[in-house]
Amino acid sequence: MTATTAPVRGARARSAFSKRNVLPWVFLAPGLLLALVFKFLPMGKGVWLSFFKVRPFLGDHWVGLDNYTRVLTDHRFQEAIGHTLLLGLGQSLGAIAVGFALALLLEGQARSLKIVRTAVFLPVVTATAVVGEMWRLLYYPTSDGLINHGLGLLGLGPTQFLDNPDTALWATMVMSVWMLAPYNMVIILAGLAGVDRTLYEAAAMDGVSLWQRLRYVTLPAIRPALGIVLTLAAIRGLRVFTEVYVLTGGGPAGSTEVWMTRAYTLGFTRNDIGGASAASVVLLCVTLLLTVTVNYFRKRGDAR
Amino acid sequence: MSAPAIDPVRAPVPTARTSNSAKAARATPARFDTALGWSDRPGVARCLRILLCAIAIGVFAVPFLTIVSGAFTTHASGSSLSFVPHDSTWQNFEVAGERGIWDYFTNSLVIAGGALLLQLAVSVLAAYALARHRFRGQALVLTLFMLTMMLPEEVIAIPLSLVLGHVPVVGLDLKGTAWGVILPLGAWGFSVMLLTEFMKDIPTEIEEAARLDGVGEFRMLWQVVLPLCKPALGVAGVLGFVMIWDQYLLPLIASKDPTDYTVTVALSILRTDPEVGSGVVLAGALIALVPSLIVYLLLQRSLVTGIAAGATKG
Repeated sequence: MTATTAPVRGARARSAFSKRNVLPWVFLAPGLLLALVFKFLPMGKGVWLSFFKVRPFLGDHWVGLDNYTRVLTDHRFQEAIGHTLLLGLGQSLGAIAVGFALALLLEGQARSLKIVRTAVFLPVVTATAVVGEMWRLLYYPTSDGLINHGLGLLGLGPTQFLDNPDTALWATMVMSVWMLAPYNMVIILAGLAGVDRTLYEAAAMDGVSLWQRLRYVTLPAIRPALGIVLTLAAIRGLRVFTEVYVLTGGGPAGSTEVWMTRAYTLGFTRNDIGGASAASVVLLCVTLLLTVTVNYFRKRGDAR
Repeated sequence: MSAPAIDPVRAPVPTARTSNSAKAARATPARFDTALGWSDRPGVARCLRILLCAIAIGVFAVPFLTIVSGAFTTHASGSSLSFVPHDSTWQNFEVAGERGIWDYFTNSLVIAGGALLLQLAVSVLAAYALARHRFRGQALVLTLFMLTMMLPEEVIAIPLSLVLGHVPVVGLDLKGTAWGVILPLGAWGFSVMLLTEFMKDIPTEIEEAARLDGVGEFRMLWQVVLPLCKPALGVAGVLGFVMIWDQYLLPLIASKDPTDYTVTVALSILRTDPEVGSGVVLAGALIALVPSLIVYLLLQRSLVTGIAAGATKG
């Protein structure tokens, strides 16, 4: 088709042709330029610097993979990997479980439900730093703190949530779950809305229990939504920074140190740009790998 | 940048109407409307649901009252914190004002306003090209914009701070200026995707009719496509604002000294100041909370549809 029409239009369309080809790029230029300068260039620069011992004024010195071996064998980074994985996994699964429960509870069209949903969604729109300040006070270590006050009513002694190396990471996780669950709720609600209602009816006629209905009708139907939620949560969990930085700063005694707070300290406090870049590149590779893997399994799951 | 001066406040109003009509089209609630089969009839299940809803509100919304209460309490040193202030006072806000909280707040507003305008303008232009034009390298451009979402500022923080100190080619030092935060937020893949998907659904007949009338590309975008995109612009605007206001690491690395901080980052200054108590920190937190609260309450409907739409496209 195109072969027959092209020569006829050829001469006339030539000037328009070039104009039409340039135009999209004019529209794309601002976005691509900003992405290039402030995203891709820093990424490339980060990869480049990770092979150097960066010395201001003295010039950079090529060290090959030294930064990587240094970072990966550093025991504080090794601990940080454990914390990052535990925090990432815990907050992802916790936020999905709570988000799913919230979605089941708040599904529906009634106006009162919408008001409840609006209220429950508040943590998502609140800046992480503000949430952090709030939870510091909720976690206040004496019996005057709100949560400790509640524990006191139950006859439990005050807990030093954030000042105790054994509980600090779990306390951070609870705050993250609180912050992320309502976001998951919205995505799962969108998934629930797409469930074929007649399936519920048919299941009820077959006399299945509520649990079986959830297990065999609802869960398979919202699996795509759960897949998205899990991917987003896992990627977010790996690069967790602000929550930890605001709430504990990595302390006490490094018990909440995660990969990015460690890299931040290395880069900005210790001025080890090379080591910090290597740490970032490792994180980037893991993030990309995870995204690609999850997408692969999601596509395969969809095809089946 | 002058062409698409979008009004992010007015734009999303139509969304409210469209979702209302969708609700009207729905049938009356039936027994199988929800996965758990909640019923509106009075009974044990209904009581249980009301109780659970109350707990949900108590867990997710009520803690915010500690901020409000603490901000208005004279000696809220963490002790005797409650949901209701004992003795209301403006003193905390005065002290926070002396510590420059309003300057930080102004920094935040300038950055949020500038970054949001830039982000929307960039996204509209890019989405228009991606949705309404066919060109070589389209898939590549789309992948690049997707990648911007996968390159969070945490991962590129260290080299980005070097780039901000000396932008290549032009050699500008953006550190300590609002541009240092605004420009990196300009290209956001998510809002490009969102607007592209929306623009694809605009029927081509409208565009063809306008083209017959001799409308050029920029007028086409400005006067034909953009007015039809108002609901999507609202969604992109709210999500963009929430994302920008939540920025922590970027304002931190883009600053030269603490006076350049945004209000959310400045909370850490108040916290480490030995002369002020928790009440002052909470007054600052309340000031940092109010703008996102206003935006959310005004436009929460489009926010929720946006998250759902963005998620299903994945």
